[in-house]
Amino acid sequence: MSAVLGADAHHHHGPAKGFKRWLFTTNHKDIGTMYLWFSFAMFLIGGTMALVIRAELFEPGMQIVHPEFFNQMTTMHGLIMVFGAVMPAFVGLANWLIPMMVGAPDMALPRMNNWSFWILPFAFAMLLSTLLMEGGGPNFGWTFYAPLSTTYAPASVNYFIFAVHMMGISSIMGAINVIATILNMRAPGMTLMKMPLFVWTWLITAFLLIAVMPVLAGAVTMMLMDINFGTSFFKAEGGGDPVLFQHVFWFFGHPEVYIMILPAFGVASQIIPTFSRKPLFGYPSMVYATASIAILSFVVWAHHMFTVGIPLAGELFFMYATMLIAVPTGVKVFNWVSTMFRGSLTFETPMLFAVAFVILFTIGGFSGLMLAIAPADFQYHDTYFVVAHFHYVLVPGAIFSIFAATYYWLPKWCGNMYDETLGKVHFWMSFIGLNMTFFPMHFVGLAGMPRRIPDYALQFADFNQISSVGAFVFGTTQLLFLFIVIKCIRGGKKATAQVWEGADGLEWTLPSPAPYHSFSEPPTVK
Amino acid sequence: MATQQSYYVPEQSKWPIIATVGLFLTLSGLATVMVNKSGGDTSTGWWMFSIGVAVMVYMLFGWFGNVAKESMAGLYNAQMDRSFRWGMSWFIFSEVMFFSAFFGALFYVRFLAVPWLAGEGEGTMNTLLWSNFEGSWPLLHNPDPKVFPGPEAVINPWSIPLLNTVLLLTSSVTITFAHHAIKKNDRDKVKLWLALTILLGAVFLGFQVYEYIEAYHELNLTLDSGIYGTTFFMLTGFHGMHVTLGAIILTVILLRYMKGHFSAEHHFGFEAAAWYWHFVDVVWVCLFVLVYIM
Ligand code: HEM
Ligand SMILES: [Cu+2]
Repeated sequence: MSAVLGADAHHHHGPAKGFKRWLFTTNHKDIGTMYLWFSFAMFLIGGTMALVIRAELFEPGMQIVHPEFFNQMTTMHGLIMVFGAVMPAFVGLANWLIPMMVGAPDMALPRMNNWSFWILPFAFAMLLSTLLMEGGGPNFGWTFYAPLSTTYAPASVNYFIFAVHMMGISSIMGAINVIATILNMRAPGMTLMKMPLFVWTWLITAFLLIAVMPVLAGAVTMMLMDINFGTSFFKAEGGGDPVLFQHVFWFFGHPEVYIMILPAFGVASQIIPTFSRKPLFGYPSMVYATASIAILSFVVWAHHMFTVGIPLAGELFFMYATMLIAVPTGVKVFNWVSTMFRGSLTFETPMLFAVAFVILFTIGGFSGLMLAIAPADFQYHDTYFVVAHFHYVLVPGAIFSIFAATYYWLPKWCGNMYDETLGKVHFWMSFIGLNMTFFPMHFVGLAGMPRRIPDYALQFADFNQISSVGAFVFGTTQLLFLFIVIKCIRGGKKATAQVWEGADGLEWTLPSPAPYHSFSEPPTVK
Repeated sequence: MATQQSYYVPEQSKWPIIATVGLFLTLSGLATVMVNKSGGDTSTGWWMFSIGVAVMVYMLFGWFGNVAKESMAGLYNAQMDRSFRWGMSWFIFSEVMFFSAFFGALFYVRFLAVPWLAGEGEGTMNTLLWSNFEGSWPLLHNPDPKVFPGPEAVINPWSIPLLNTVLLLTSSVTITFAHHAIKKNDRDKVKLWLALTILLGAVFLGFQVYEYIEAYHELNLTLDSGIYGTTFFMLTGFHGMHVTLGAIILTVILLRYMKGHFSAEHHFGFEAAAWYWHFVDVVWVCLFVLVYIM
């Protein structure tokens, strides 16, 4: 023992002082914290862009922004929310929680962990700076279909491409770290089938990330070559095909949507048992369902391309494969409901968010099923119905689970309880705001309002006004969330180690706030 | 021994943030060059790029230097070793997926897009676009030859590519010999086999360059000669970059071996490089079959 401690005796100290702590840190908690704050900053920036969109759409006609700028707003909003807000938030949670949950001292590769994080602010600085460039920022949608993003793109697309490369590098390294931690750093006795579900879902998410982020890198590399070096991947004149872009993109893109939801499944599976005071119903089936969702997610990508002109056999294959995914998803919803069934339920803020997650995510799943029906999708595609669908799975899905996780583990992180009343206000305002925003989108979508257009026909005006009001309610409510978190960090009722009466798992055996180094000595799991 | 229990968690490190700055400068420099390449001033971009690369090189020496030092100080236990192994394996998997994207593109254009453009299937694409276009592979006549003049011919697989296949396959064997020698602590053999592996890689690259020159000057097979040239150069080009990187890594490993960094028991740095080399080799075999022969 002495050899190691001799060389590294300062090991037991707390964090370093000043800004160096954050720049040079190798500590999973510091890094997790940075990820979470970064994600929240991006959430506000991306949210502001959404409000620009909703302000313009409050009335038909052109009021506030130019159509060119509107396009940049829809594009940037999507990119920032997906790559800047949702994904980093889950990596932040993974950093904070996985080592504590598996009984490890830290992440497996702590320096690389720091690198994964710090790439992100630079990547997003690069991406955001394009808004100020000549010709404007990316304006081709977050899905950046060629040839919009190649032949007809603004010059700044080159920065966009390299920013995406940086995000990819960050995600891949982050995912490698998560996998190595889970596979290699578990405390003695913690077998795979004893791992908390948040750890399981992240293990599978990390696999998805490593599998598809390189494909995204391939897609942007092909764009870069087509733009600058005369290749013809996406140019039919040279024998290529713009549809190829869509295939490559969605081969990444569909697993990507599961990257954004699987950790959310994990969060819900931690929180619901706690506040039901019952163990999770059907743990093994949860694991298998997650794994099958992940595998199926590789063979459904063309459900985003039903209208692009793929062969009939392709339409059928991708339609049935997509519907098949609803089965394991249904298993999960069934298990959450069964966990609550006859539990002694209480509805603290994390539970409120988790229950809303189950209900509203299911609505998103159902609209997904409608979209999965190829002949019906000919009608729905590129309308607001699709926008309604994916916002139902992403906002009350991914984002609500992040809120739930924050309320649930914040007392463990900072040692204080948050203000329960304010938390409930945050929940209800968010709940009302988001349903007001996104539910009417189903109707205007079915009635034929196209997405990504700054103007619309008169008959859509009423529903759009409701959406816009809802969006501002939802958006401003998030400032309350910021206030609640800061207030909790600065003080409040002291949290116990277990925090929640029904909570179970290694992280609750540590004191609150959790010590700087989690488990220097691995605990034994029975 | 108790040390076996404690996992080494490094204290603060300045390398990741330096790496970030380096990466940022390199990539934003490249983007700046590309944005300005038609008409603008590219010198700022090239400066950013060069400084970025310099920072990255400095970082690589520093960071790996740290790791090597810690490793030799015995700070890494068996568990740490497993972390490195998982890390390297998943990194290689990510590389596999990167190549898969390009192989997938090749498959798609070859078996779907080009036949469709030539009128196969239910569509009427060819009559609407280029009614004279006839599909074939290798595609020598592009749909719009004015925009994309096609290549005159393509590389014969049974000449240099076959030779290159033999070279790389041999190098996979030599590196395995080097590994056996390391385990037996037969230092001279290790150096010999490693050096031979690097040499084979270098010769491979030399031939590859020769082949590219021939393609550009004699065959008009270029990046912008349509989809055949596109897929050909992108796949072989990325592979070539990986061989280059692999050869550099092996050179570093050889130098580190000569400095005594690896023992018969602990030589994960060597093994990681060898894994990488085998991976590059497997990619080549796929290339040889799918790009050159078929
Ligand atoms: C039951 C499961 C699901 C099914 C059957 C499903 C089905 C679909 C289909 C068919 C589309 C294409 C619609 C069109 O463009 O015409 C679509 C779009 C989309 N889905 Fe889902 N989905 C499901 C779950 C999810 C989840 C969990 C997420 C994310 C967390 C998600 C995110 C998205 C996104 C972002 C889009 C739109 C992409 C775009 O065009 O911008 N979906 N979904
Ligand atoms: Cu999808």
